[in-house]
Amino acid sequence: MSEPAPAQADPPKPQLHVAPSPHLASTATTGGMMLDVLIGLLPVTVMAAYYFGLHALIQVGICVGSCMIFELMFNAMRGKPASILDGSAAVAGAILGLSMPWNAPWYAGVVGSLVAMGIGKIIFGGLGQNIFNPAMVGRTFVMISFSVSIGSAAYVVHDAPMEVVTQASPLSVAKEAAGAADLPGLWALFIGNVNGSLGETCSLACIIGGLWMVLRRSAAWRTPAGSVLGLAVISLIAQLIDPQSLTMLQHLVGGAFLFGAFFIATDPVTSPVTPRGQWIFGIGYGVLVFLIRQYSAYPEGVAFAILLMNALTPLINRWTIPTPVGGPAPALVKK
Amino acid sequence: MTTLTDAPHGSGTFPRGIHPPHRKKPAEACTIEVLPTPAQVTIPLLQHTGAPNEPLIVKPRTDVTVGQKIGASDAFISAPVHASINGQTARATAITLPNGRHVNAIPIKAGEEQPSAEELYDDHFGGDWPTDYSDREPKEIIEAIKEAGLVGLGGAAFPTYVKLSPPPGKTIDTLLLNGAECEPYLTADYRLMVEAQAAIVSGALAAARAMQVDNIVIAIEDNKPQAVDKMRQAVQGTAVQVIAVKTKYPQGGEKQLILATLKRIVPTGGLPLDVGVVVMNVGTAAAAARAVARGKPLTHRVITVTGAGVNHPKNVLAPVGATFTELVNFCGGLTEDAARLVAGGPMMGFTLGSLDTPVTKGASGLTVLTQQDLRKAEETACVRCGRCVDVCPLNLVPTKIALAARCQAWDLAKRYHMVACMECGCCAYECPASIPLVQLIRMAKAQAPRD
Ligand code: SF4
Ligand code: SF4
Repeated sequence: MSEPAPAQADPPKPQLHVAPSPHLASTATTGGMMLDVLIGLLPVTVMAAYYFGLHALIQVGICVGSCMIFELMFNAMRGKPASILDGSAAVAGAILGLSMPWNAPWYAGVVGSLVAMGIGKIIFGGLGQNIFNPAMVGRTFVMISFSVSIGSAAYVVHDAPMEVVTQASPLSVAKEAAGAADLPGLWALFIGNVNGSLGETCSLACIIGGLWMVLRRSAAWRTPAGSVLGLAVISLIAQLIDPQSLTMLQHLVGGAFLFGAFFIATDPVTSPVTPRGQWIFGIGYGVLVFLIRQYSAYPEGVAFAILLMNALTPLINRWTIPTPVGGPAPALVKK
Repeated sequence: MTTLTDAPHGSGTFPRGIHPPHRKKPAEACTIEVLPTPAQVTIPLLQHTGAPNEPLIVKPRTDVTVGQKIGASDAFISAPVHASINGQTARATAITLPNGRHVNAIPIKAGEEQPSAEELYDDHFGGDWPTDYSDREPKEIIEAIKEAGLVGLGGAAFPTYVKLSPPPGKTIDTLLLNGAECEPYLTADYRLMVEAQAAIVSGALAAARAMQVDNIVIAIEDNKPQAVDKMRQAVQGTAVQVIAVKTKYPQGGEKQLILATLKRIVPTGGLPLDVGVVVMNVGTAAAAARAVARGKPLTHRVITVTGAGVNHPKNVLAPVGATFTELVNFCGGLTEDAARLVAGGPMMGFTLGSLDTPVTKGASGLTVLTQQDLRKAEETACVRCGRCVDVCPLNLVPTKIALAARCQAWDLAKRYHMVACMECGCCAYECPASIPLVQLIRMAKAQAPRD
């Protein structure tokens, strides 16, 4: 038997906070995710610089710089705190820049950035509120307004210092020659030794950067997986029906498809949040890319395919509400 | 009957969930120590989920002894409370529990004579524990557990005898012992499994006898290999099986654990008994053995006092009604940078506004977090990344429910199955935009009109 312990002195009184659980949080932040995207874009940027020289870096620089400046400006005008540090403007700028041809005039990048930030993003209420991928809004706008200086014909410059740009881009070749036979070989398409927009030509770099984002969980893996599945299946069918058309592999590694699948379709804000929705978004994107390439006047369909799927995203989210484990919730209990 | 397969490393698991840091280290290796009898304890009359107790002793200055019943209720869902020290009662007071409920409590001033630490430890964990209850009637066992005031010691504090008495029409075929202890920091159940396996196994067998089930399973997360080993040794020669499950939060959630070990899915809004299972925490099992084999009521419990904000983290056997102040003092006091006191673990625990709150039967731990542990990031806009969806163990869409909750759009919240949410906090843990998802959902569940 022991005596009860004597009362002890009070512990020091620290500053205590009362807050609801959980009291721990992962280290993930929005800025961190955007940083992962920027890192994921590094390989394509490096390859773009390799093939297109300083032009590539200048284009990307113009777009990143103007997107960030416009975001700052618009936020100041709306009296909102600057969200520049979350990196989303830089990501939009980088993607816009990498989707430009090497010789686009400087004002195309600036106007594209203005539209991307203003109409693509801020008008909807800023990050998280926009429906359309800002970079694609800007890209589509400049494609239509400056069709001469950055349309598909503008990619070809016969007396340019870089060899790749003396040929038309692969998909334009396919469109004009109406056949797949004249295309560069698959290996050239895979490592990007062909003409095209800055970031799209090197499939290998897209895959490396894309895998990085997926492994970091900064991009949903289901979206690119669905994209590849969608395009592969439909183009394989087309290839079997008409052996003259582009083959499945040419579809997959040619043009901007992979760049879009990994870096644009995965934009969290404008793609679905549900797992099934991400599959549907990816498959829809892949199929649309095929349809536009095959049946429209444009050789490439990435930007339109993305914008169309963006428009469907709210619907997809609503269609794909998952069933809870254990079945749908019963009606709220009467008390 | 589902067959149970097992691999050396945790085999069973549930889909999604998160991997928070374990942080078990501070208290993991600390043998359970007995808190010196405090000068006074304050016994809340309501420590369980259910109806509050009426005081049995209304006259102040009545002498009571450890284990004497001092509060009881006639309601079906209730559990009596007992004096946890020898001494004299004082006038009943009103106190506030960590979960925000105001309840009446009976203070007891410690008398001269108290059981020693060794006696208490031996009485709780030491000695021989029966593995054969065939000579005890199920009714008798349930009555003993009811009289002992047993409640779930994992945190929910639901009266144990009610669980063991399934309503007519429900058949129970499996008793599942929860030794997952998936909350970061907490090690009380771990220590029990390492120090008092015999009591746990004995309690499991008693509870199984009470419900007349033969299938008894103990599930332990595979980050506690020592507990798995010791429990495996202890169950030899009995009908109890030990299963290691993957380490993942919230593996210790009843529905997750049932899915992980038995591959059964508890319907939304349903209970484990809807799929023939009763889940019992390992601590509860040890207390059940003590109640049935030794006739001792629940007067003490093991509680982990841990976190970077405590000088000497420990696992403490404390009398119900001791204050957290006494626990903290016993553990060397708080550090300078202690910032948040959490009753329970950091994922689902409640913050304490003050340490002068009594320990209740359901208190599994006191986690003291420092400034450094707490997230400082500001809330930003949802980027619809879907990470919250990817981790929700129940396959909900937390971002949409929280959004609906914010605008009080109850129809929308319903379409996204708000009431199914079990408030585990995985979504809020994971959100890169620091949106207080579960906090919003919790509030909305309380506010939503019932139809
Ligand atoms: S994790 Fe956060 S930011 Fe991502 S979708 Fe859910 S609520 Fe939105
Ligand atoms: S708190 Fe609710 S919504 Fe969030 S992860 Fe847990 S069950 Fe899902």
